[in-house]
Amino acid sequence: MPIIVVIAFFQLAVLHQPIPNLADLLVGTVLVVLGLTLFVYGLKTGLFPIGETMAHGFARKGSVPWLLLFAFALGFGTTVAEPALIAVVDEAARVAAAGSMIENTPTAMAGYADGLRLTVALSVGLAIMVGVMRIIKGWPVHYLIMGGYAGVVIMTGFAPPEIIGIAYDSGGVTTSTITVPLVTALGVGLSSSIHGRNPLTDGFGLIAFASLTPMIFVMGYGMLL
Amino acid sequence: MIAGLLNFFDMLVATIRDVLPIVVIIFGFQLFVLRRRIPNLPQLLMGFLFVIVGLALFLQGLEQALFPIGKLMAEQLTNPAFLGIDAAGSQTPEWHYYIWVYLFAAAIGFATTIAEPSLIAVAIMANQVSGGAVGIRGLRVAVAIGVSVGIALGTYRIVSGTPLHYYIIAGYLVVILQTMVTPKSIVALAYDSGGVTTSTVTVPLVAALGLGLASNVPGRNPLLDGFGLIAFASLFPIMSVMAYAQLSEWYGRRISRQLSDSREE
Repeated sequence: MPIIVVIAFFQLAVLHQPIPNLADLLVGTVLVVLGLTLFVYGLKTGLFPIGETMAHGFARKGSVPWLLLFAFALGFGTTVAEPALIAVVDEAARVAAAGSMIENTPTAMAGYADGLRLTVALSVGLAIMVGVMRIIKGWPVHYLIMGGYAGVVIMTGFAPPEIIGIAYDSGGVTTSTITVPLVTALGVGLSSSIHGRNPLTDGFGLIAFASLTPMIFVMGYGMLL
Repeated sequence: MIAGLLNFFDMLVATIRDVLPIVVIIFGFQLFVLRRRIPNLPQLLMGFLFVIVGLALFLQGLEQALFPIGKLMAEQLTNPAFLGIDAAGSQTPEWHYYIWVYLFAAAIGFATTIAEPSLIAVAIMANQVSGGAVGIRGLRVAVAIGVSVGIALGTYRIVSGTPLHYYIIAGYLVVILQTMVTPKSIVALAYDSGGVTTSTVTVPLVAALGLGLASNVPGRNPLLDGFGLIAFASLFPIMSVMAYAQLSEWYGRRISRQLSDSREE
């Protein structure tokens, strides 16, 4: 475990301090290794197959609206409950209150945080939907990404400075450990069952959209309020 | 021991709560829209169970061992006394006082990314899909290098106090330039690897580092300057993965040229 090496080196050689709770550290490391092994095993027998099975099922059914609805539901549903996102929006509400963009009361902050969380979830749902649409139509991924970058840059020019850091960070935290394998399997499954699509070129890219749109939407949210 | 078990139980419940909406969506669509029986249902359910238990164990281990000490170290390294700067903030901070902070940021970024479960998932998938052309380890190392460079630069930004969006926009320009010259097959994968790097493991440690640094460096406001490290960590892997693809393509072309040269002789 490289993390241990890094921490041990800095703790002993740079900070000159002993490592506290050595026993806890060792037990924790064993748990981490065990957990990762189980996770990877479960990934191969559970998450990857179900994602690909469903992608094939939708391709055979041939109903684009249902597929898009599924893509949206998957993106929205997995993001709205994401713990990392909840932590970030609470922090964002504190920043907004300190910058007197909203009233400094618990209710105003909770309302702001919930609105932000819904905004991000909505944007991830839309992102997965657009990404699936891209796989069906066979658009090249980099045009959409560049369009997204242009959107981020333009929004940065108009958004209040307090929100920019949070908006940029919210792009990174939306995709959780369980969403990523599922969404990847969905994309790869779809592109391997649609004729003329290459799983490597077309199957990936869904996650990239899911980390790009929240930046735009969060800055938009900051501008509206 | 009992406290540990209770703690693990809490973690398990939390993980199940995270997974529940996903399970509801998947089975709802499978049953009501696709109307198809799920093949190998027992095996799939076992897989889900393994994922949940594995993730809960993993998080429990991190929380018990690594997060406390990692956060403690982030605080100690950004402590004014350790850095040898005036806590009152009368002098302007010189960037090289923080050399250990940059090194720690780079090292912790690399180490946490190597351990990131969602990156492992994407690497396995990319390896399967590309028929082994994209190596699992190679991709993980490429992404980890990107994250470590990104976070080190991000800490430098906090110390120097330059605006975040200059870096991000410059990064976008580099990404767009690279997109034009990289083999097309890797582009989508490279974009994806930016999003997957930052989840369970990286975010808590990196956020602690950023907030600690922004509250201790004189003249920085934690609310304004503490954010942005995660954005760096999701931008730089895109570049490093594309660079990795270019390097391996160049290397492959050189080998094939050597082979054809030796055949001609």
